[in-house]
Amino acid sequence: MAMQFYTSPEQIMRDRSEYARKNISRGRNTVVLSYAGGVLFVAENISTTLHKISELYDRIGFAAVGRYNEFENLRTAGVRMADTRGYAYDRRDVKARPLAQAYAQTLGAIFTEQTKPFEVEICVAGVGSSPDDDELYRLTYDGSINDEPGYLVMGGQADKLTSVLKEGHNFDLDLTGAFRLALKALSSIGGENGKDRTVGAELLEVAVLDREREGRVFRRILGPALDALMPESSGDAETPDTGGSGQHSDEPSKPDAEGGEKEQP
Amino acid sequence: MSGTAEFPGRIPAPYLEVGSSSFVELLGSVAPELLPGRRPLPPGDMGDAAPHGTTIVALRCNEGVVMAGDRRATQGNMISLRDIQKVFPADAYSLIGIAGTAGLGVEMIRLFQAELEHFEKLEGNALSLHGKANKLANMIRGNLGIAMQGLAVLPLFAGFDTDAPDAASAGRIFSYDVVGGIYEEREYDAIGSGSIFAKSALKKRFQSEVDATEATRLAIEALYDAADDDSATGGPDLTRKLFPTVFTATADGAKRVPDAEIEAVSRAVVAARLENPGG
Repeated sequence: MAMQFYTSPEQIMRDRSEYARKNISRGRNTVVLSYAGGVLFVAENISTTLHKISELYDRIGFAAVGRYNEFENLRTAGVRMADTRGYAYDRRDVKARPLAQAYAQTLGAIFTEQTKPFEVEICVAGVGSSPDDDELYRLTYDGSINDEPGYLVMGGQADKLTSVLKEGHNFDLDLTGAFRLALKALSSIGGENGKDRTVGAELLEVAVLDREREGRVFRRILGPALDALMPESSGDAETPDTGGSGQHSDEPSKPDAEGGEKEQP
Repeated sequence: MSGTAEFPGRIPAPYLEVGSSSFVELLGSVAPELLPGRRPLPPGDMGDAAPHGTTIVALRCNEGVVMAGDRRATQGNMISLRDIQKVFPADAYSLIGIAGTAGLGVEMIRLFQAELEHFEKLEGNALSLHGKANKLANMIRGNLGIAMQGLAVLPLFAGFDTDAPDAASAGRIFSYDVVGGIYEEREYDAIGSGSIFAKSALKKRFQSEVDATEATRLAIEALYDAADDDSATGGPDLTRKLFPTVFTATADGAKRVPDAEIEAVSRAVVAARLENPGG
């Protein structure tokens, strides 16, 4: 019998985790947060057609970071599950938590059974009748499922962004307030020497689950509607450059300008 | 139930496969028992086994299309329902009405709505209006076996074509036959047992340049005339305050005309007929 090399299960899992985490952290971030009017999704995404954010069902949205073909496959499966269930029973019987659990089971199974884990992190968000009823689930490549407290960040350097959100988040924010907070979080990394940078509208994919609407409440915020949400300073500067960041820091992003150096890759 | 609509658990394999964007095809593989065409029926004619819905009219206007349906369902010579809804929005810009076996018709509408929404979510954009109309024809073909046993359903499909150059030419109406034949109508159409009378009324009254409000009145007049001569079509029920269901599909999307507005138009039509029964 041929000699088999032994690798401990711990080592295998560690390697897979490291592989997935490393690739996910290279991606651009996605922020999801609950505000007075609903749930807001803001993703840094240079593509206008390959979406990181989309609709799963009437009051349930999906956001992801990582490898596109892998999370697209999961998104499709989620839409299929939700539509089948809604058709077999009733639209009201499609809920965010069971969908998140199905994703967790699937990601967990792929992580343990296959050589290569999915390099994705996904969010299943359900909007309720009040901010207290919103559900935000963050699922990682190994099938872990986290119920997040009103906001979550996926992608590289999530800790830094989370601390910005933690400081500024409250459930009474309006859409503009929530969007500015998400933008501030996204801008807090990637600048030179750990400084803030300017993230322009052309880099963003934005959508909301609108709490007040009936039926399908997911809607994308594009073009003029998105420009209207952007802070003034980026309106007059067509191309975002470091020169514009002086104006930009008039917005309440000043406190984060220091102390972020350690987290540079 | 095959258990495919049950979760949590691992996502079943068919959901994770790279497949088509069709909900009907998906159900065919994960829950075929939910598709009407796959259901076995005992032999024989079952024409009187379930309530029948009757008259739907649709007409074009300079803003798009208007579709209206009466509220009656009959079983043999009995009125089985007085407030059935037979006209629905199919998606954001299109409308569907059904005549024939009510239960199967309502099921077909739900399936068609799910089909359009499913495609839109998976592909990121809606089907073209003609794409939707052809998809519906395919679904009717799947029901041919059931239809031949007396449980026929026929839809009327109409919508606002967002690809059209202007609103005045954007309204389109499609009718079908029981084998899945699809026909685009130029100005107006009606389906169901009262359709002959409704179409005759529209033939005399239809004008191509009317707006949605005027088209709504023409539709209600046509339903009144259908109810006048066809026992299976219900007229405006003033006692119970049950009036026709009317939807419009315009540049603003598919919308139900508010009940108060329909009531006012219906009462005006009835009042005018008291003066002149021939209209």
